[in-house]
Formats: sequence, structure tokens, C-alpha cells
Amino acid sequence: MAARTTLSRSIAAHAVLLTYTVIALFPVFVIVINSFKSRRAIFADPLALPSPSNFDAIGYATVLKQGDFILYFQNSMIVTVASLFFVLLFGAMAAFALSEYRFRGNLVMGLYLALGIMIPIRLGTVAILEIMVAGGLVNTLTALILVYTAQGLPLAVFILSEFMRSVSDDLKNAGRIDGLSEYRIFFSLVLPLVRPAMATVAVFTMIPIWNDLWFPLILAPAEATKTITLGSQVFIGQFVTNWNAVLAALSLAILPVLVLYLIFSRQLIRGITAGAVK
Amino acid sequence: MALRKPVRWHIAVFLAPAVLVYTAIMIVPLFGTLNLALFNRVDGARQFVGLANFATLFGDERWSGAFWNALGNNAWFFLVHMLVQNPVGVALAALLSSPRLRMAAFYRTAIFIPTILSFVIVGFVWKLILSPIWGIAPGMLDMIGLKSLFAPWLGREETALTTLALISVWQFVGIPMMLIYAALLSIPDEVMEAAEMDGITGWSRFRRIQLPLILPSIGIISILTFVGNFNAFDLIYVSQGALAGPNFATDILGTFLYRTFFGFQLQLGDPHMGATIATAMFAIILVGVCVYLFGIQTRLRRYQF
Repeated sequence: MAARTTLSRSIAAHAVLLTYTVIALFPVFVIVINSFKSRRAIFADPLALPSPSNFDAIGYATVLKQGDFILYFQNSMIVTVASLFFVLLFGAMAAFALSEYRFRGNLVMGLYLALGIMIPIRLGTVAILEIMVAGGLVNTLTALILVYTAQGLPLAVFILSEFMRSVSDDLKNAGRIDGLSEYRIFFSLVLPLVRPAMATVAVFTMIPIWNDLWFPLILAPAEATKTITLGSQVFIGQFVTNWNAVLAALSLAILPVLVLYLIFSRQLIRGITAGAVK
Repeated sequence: MALRKPVRWHIAVFLAPAVLVYTAIMIVPLFGTLNLALFNRVDGARQFVGLANFATLFGDERWSGAFWNALGNNAWFFLVHMLVQNPVGVALAALLSSPRLRMAAFYRTAIFIPTILSFVIVGFVWKLILSPIWGIAPGMLDMIGLKSLFAPWLGREETALTTLALISVWQFVGIPMMLIYAALLSIPDEVMEAAEMDGITGWSRFRRIQLPLILPSIGIISILTFVGNFNAFDLIYVSQGALAGPNFATDILGTFLYRTFFGFQLQLGDPHMGATIATAMFAIILVGVCVYLFGIQTRLRRYQF
């Protein structure tokens, strides 16, 4: 009797979760299957799977020929990787200073840096643009890297200083007795120990940077500096009648972030779970 | 006299890069924007006008109509998220965390996938699916005999905003789900086992044991939803354009700010009114965050295990 209710309850849970999984994945599925079909098949039967009779990769050919997708992809890569590097390096350094040393203003500095978690950087756009114009940085990838570094730092400092408090003092003091400088202690003792936390911060920082539309649109809309998000938005606008091309472009834009997510998903979940236990 | 401690330069070296970049690119521009709202351009020269821009924004008919419309739409956008996204997220998390559930990792990963997609993809995908021309949505409704319900939801003034809010819910339901899931996992097994011993299972276990324990997380999710929604822009921009059609029915503060600042079609951009709108958004977000911090978070009881 009890076993039966447990079983039926578990079947019900699976049914609900599976239904929601279908809802979550269905739109992505529709785009990807149709990107491999001929124009006629896309309209005649949008839900049919690609098969030899309706297969057509013309959309991908069009996109790769016309869209400058390689350049956009490269721009997105440069911006994301560089911002991520600076967020992690500067964030870890600041987190170390805040969690390791007692000094006057420690708490105030921590609160000051945490302010940015709640207040969106976008509200400063008007003045950010003025600064970038004054510095001659409009339409450069540097402008985007600076903005994303500033945007990512508050959360990085917050999460990393939580983790750095848990690194044992004995280890650091042993290093000090051995005559290591504070810099060596940070780079060769502490940083390797907080690597899992760094990976969590990396995922949280990376996704919004890769997907951002606002700052590329405002700070770097030139052809040479377009990111893939801005590029695919413009592409959709231009080729809106060429459905094969649009669907292929969307599939290509989904691919990189999906791969990254599947690689890091375990890390992401571990990070969220570890944060919640605190 | 005691020896003065040596200056610990390494602290400054560790802090400097982060503090400099953060201050220069985030804090200074934020105050720069607030400051810009107090000026206006008169005969080509920047002139201090005090709060006159705010008087224009709230009082001048040409501005106030658009502002209150955007604010009202924003409030509705937020309400839909609170009423749909967060309860659905909590429910999914509760199911995911049920003991001995197989394939939990698969469901978790799959349901979170829309969250990582860019707004460009999400906006366009849903436009295609809901498009009466391509006809996936009407076709599917036809299969279950409800075709009469179909309408071009995104094109109608009455339904466009709610449809977009639900699309946004679809995209971001993974975030409350993950955070609540983590909170549920952090409840010690002994507590759950004790409840089971007392015969408290299923729904009543959730309501009487788990829910009180995850209330702080629900508070955090609410404030994240609030900040995120009042800062939203991308989804409306990519699916309805800067004009937030039809007839401004989907205009929210983000798109209003964009149009005012950069101009569109026949209207020139106005950085000062743009800054004024940004300041109003800043105030709204700040009030929300303060209400949460002082009104809600401090009153929540935290349990220490």
C-alpha cells in the first residue's frame, strides 16, 4: 500500500517534470530541426524531422558566406574571455584583501563593492557613453571589456571572499614563516584552493556577457566590433524573408553557449548549492 | 611611544585594480547620470535646471503619459513573473528535490537551458512559433481542438505585454528553480526524516516543514525578479522593436529610456531626459531593494542547523 503510493507519486513527479522539460526545449528543437530543411518543408510541415527527402543545408551556406559570423564570433570570444580574465583576477585579489586582512575601512569597502550586485550598471549608460567618447573608445572591444569587467566584479568579490574565508589560516601562516611574500601566498597557495569557486563565478559572469545586447548596441555597433548577439540580431532584421538563413543563424548562435553550459552545468549547480548552505 | 605599524602596501595593491575599474566604470557614471538629470541643453549650452526635468517627466503631457504607461506596463510585467515564474519555479524545485528521484540532473539541466539563451534567440523563436503565418501554435492548438483560441497574441494591444511576460517567464523559470532547489537540498536529512516519522509527507510536508525553511530564498528570488524586471529591455526590443508596439502596449522603462536617450525615427535623442528616466528607474530599484532589506529580509526567521 505505502509502496504503491510512493510509486504513483514518483510517476506523477516524472510526468510533470518531463512535461516541463518538453516545454523548455521545444522552441530550441523547432529551430534546429527546421534549419536543416528546405524552404518548402519548413512551411509545409514545420514539426517534421529532417529526412533525406526534405534535407537542405542552404541556410548554413548562406549564413557562412554572407553573415561575417566568424568575425562576430571572434569578437564575442575576445570580449568574453578578456572580461572573464579581469573579473576573476581583480575580483580574487580584492576578495583576498577583504577576507584576509583587518584594516580600517574593510567593512565599508566590502559594502561599497557589493552595492553593484543590486544596482544595474545599465542605469549609468548615459555617462558611460560620455566617458567612452571622451576616451576615444567608442567602437572598440576595449570599451566592452571595461564595462563587463566593472559589471562582473561585485558578484565575483562577494562570492570569492566567502570562499576565501574558509581557506585554513595554518596554511597561510606556514607560508609566511617560510618567508613567502603576501603576493606569493595569494597566487601560489590561495588561488589554487579556490579554483572551484572561480569556476562558479566564471559561469555566472560569462553568460550575461556573451548574451548582452545593450552595450554592444550602444558602445560598439560598428561592423568590425559587432558581437555575435548583436550580429545575429542585425542579421535577422536583414534576412527576415530568407527563412533558411535565419533558422541556420539562430542554430549557430545557440550552439556555443549550449556547449559551454553543458560543460559547466555540474560546476554551476555545485556552486549554487554550496552558496545556499552558508 | 609604540612603533608605528609599517604601511601594508600589499592590501592596496590587491584592492586597487578592482576598486579603480569598478569606481571608474560603474559608480562614477551612475552618479554622472544622476547629475546629468539636473541639467538641460538651452541654446546649445548645458544649463543647470534643478528638478525641472523631473517636473517635465511627471507633469508635461507629452512625457508623463508615456512614463506612466511604461511604469504601469513594468509593474504588470513584474506581477506576472511573481505570480507565474516564482510559483512554477518553486514547484519544479520541490519535485526535483523529492528523495530518490531518478534523472533529476537531466531535468535540472534541460529546464535551465532557456536561461542561457540570448534574448535575440528567445524573442525570435517565440515570434516564429506564435506567428499566424508559420502556424506552429495554431497547428498545435488545432491538434487538441482548441484552434478557436488562437489569435496573433503578440500583435494585439490587449495581449502583447502578457504574452511577452510569459515568454520571459519561460526563459527564466530556471533561476528560481535552481535557487530553491539548492535551499531545499540544504535542509538536513534528519529534519525530513523526523517529519516522515511523524507521518508528515507530501504536500503537508512541503507546506509545514520545507516552505518556512526556504522563505529567505523566496525573498531573495523576489528581489532578484524585481531588479531584473525593472531593468528589462532586451526581450521587448528584439521582439517588438524600440517602439514597443503595438501602439506602445509593451513599452517598459527600459525601452522608454532607450528611445528617449538615442531617439528614434523623427524624434532626436535627448541625453538629459534619458538621464532623468534612468534616475527615476534608479530610485524605483533603490526603494525596492531597501524595502526588501529592511522590511522583509530582517524579519525573516533564519534557522541554523
